[in-house]
Amino acid sequence: MARITASVYTSHVPAIGAAIDQGKTGEPYWVPLFKGYDYSKQWLRDNKPDVIFLVYNDHATAFSLELIPTFAIGTAARFTPADEGYGPRPVPTVIGHPELASHIAQSVIQDDFDLTIVNRMDVDHGLTVPLSLMCGQPDAWPCPVIPFAVNVVQYPVPSGRRCFMLGQAIRRAIESYDEPLNVQIWGTGGMSHQLQGPRAGLINAAWDNRFLDRLIADPEGLSKMPHIEYVREAGSEGIELVMWLIARGAMADVAGGHAPTVKHRFFHVPASNTAVGHLILENSQ
Amino acid sequence: MALNKPYLDIPGTTIFDAEQSRKGYHLNQFCMSLMKVENRARFKADERKYLDEWPMSEAQKAAVLARDLNRCIALGGNIYFLAKIGATDGKSFQQMAGSMTGMSEEEYRHMMISGGRSPEGNRYVGEDGDAQAHRQPQGAAGRAPRGER
Repeated sequence: MARITASVYTSHVPAIGAAIDQGKTGEPYWVPLFKGYDYSKQWLRDNKPDVIFLVYNDHATAFSLELIPTFAIGTAARFTPADEGYGPRPVPTVIGHPELASHIAQSVIQDDFDLTIVNRMDVDHGLTVPLSLMCGQPDAWPCPVIPFAVNVVQYPVPSGRRCFMLGQAIRRAIESYDEPLNVQIWGTGGMSHQLQGPRAGLINAAWDNRFLDRLIADPEGLSKMPHIEYVREAGSEGIELVMWLIARGAMADVAGGHAPTVKHRFFHVPASNTAVGHLILENSQ
Repeated sequence: MALNKPYLDIPGTTIFDAEQSRKGYHLNQFCMSLMKVENRARFKADERKYLDEWPMSEAQKAAVLARDLNRCIALGGNIYFLAKIGATDGKSFQQMAGSMTGMSEEEYRHMMISGGRSPEGNRYVGEDGDAQAHRQPQGAAGRAPRGER
């Protein structure tokens, strides 16, 4: 059967993608940020999965106000990097895994989560920046990727609790897939940031680090945090962090297994307007 | 019973909820149209004419023409949609975010490099943080008129 071996958490700031694409990673502003991902790139080479289940949000790219799915799973064979207004990022096309994605959709919907199934979708920086951070600039991404888009643009976004439970359902779905695939689940977005209004530029490093502590050691308790605390403490766009709870909910300890091993933890301020957080958690073998 | 909206007492912050989304539908969809290169060219050639193709309010059109993002947000705009205008203008997200604070680009960039805006005094309307209404605009633009150094 398929199994989830690890989860990865990272911010997906668009300026990071631009820095990579424009060859600016060696500039003093960016050096400390990319240094925080050196370990991660090697870790991913050493622990190459068969499939990455990548939780992210679309930023008014594939989904306008015409259609706002709360949870959307990409079941297509391929996904093209989107033109977000600056031209498409020069990154590889994302190859999907339609069989596993369709299996997960069927299982999770029967488990009471009403997913939207998407067979045509361009993917924006929310999905491609994490891949760039973890893989650098390859000619092709190392494995197929299942995009899983969460609405965090129009309020109300799904609660942390709902996301955490959804992660558990995704884990059950993956473990009921017959082929012995090694699957990683990535949760992206955050950390504290606000992009709008006179409060733009808000950063709350102390709160972010408590979030990381609790995500590791007390995800169940963390999942009960109400929306308003994210917004008040971590900024209106800090609400993206609920997506990390989907990936965390899919880890073995939540279903009664052993606590995960923290392979890597990194925090840095700023990348453009945003605090960058990053974790790698491995399930025990 | 009315909907619970606990987020109305955060200073300098507009939560893009269903009500805002309804107000800003055409404004945001206009922004979305700028993702196509031919539309960006048409908009740049004659902004007013392009805006008049959309059933937006006059106030929304004026806010777009003035690139007043705070006003656009008050009228139902969402920052991820409004960012398409910035992309059309060749502005970075940091330039767009900074423009809403009244700070110069350099002042805003310096604030971010120094660790960003503190949440202290900026959690609830009525405190004394730099995002509160009585402290706008921020930066040098606001200090002189208020007699501050």
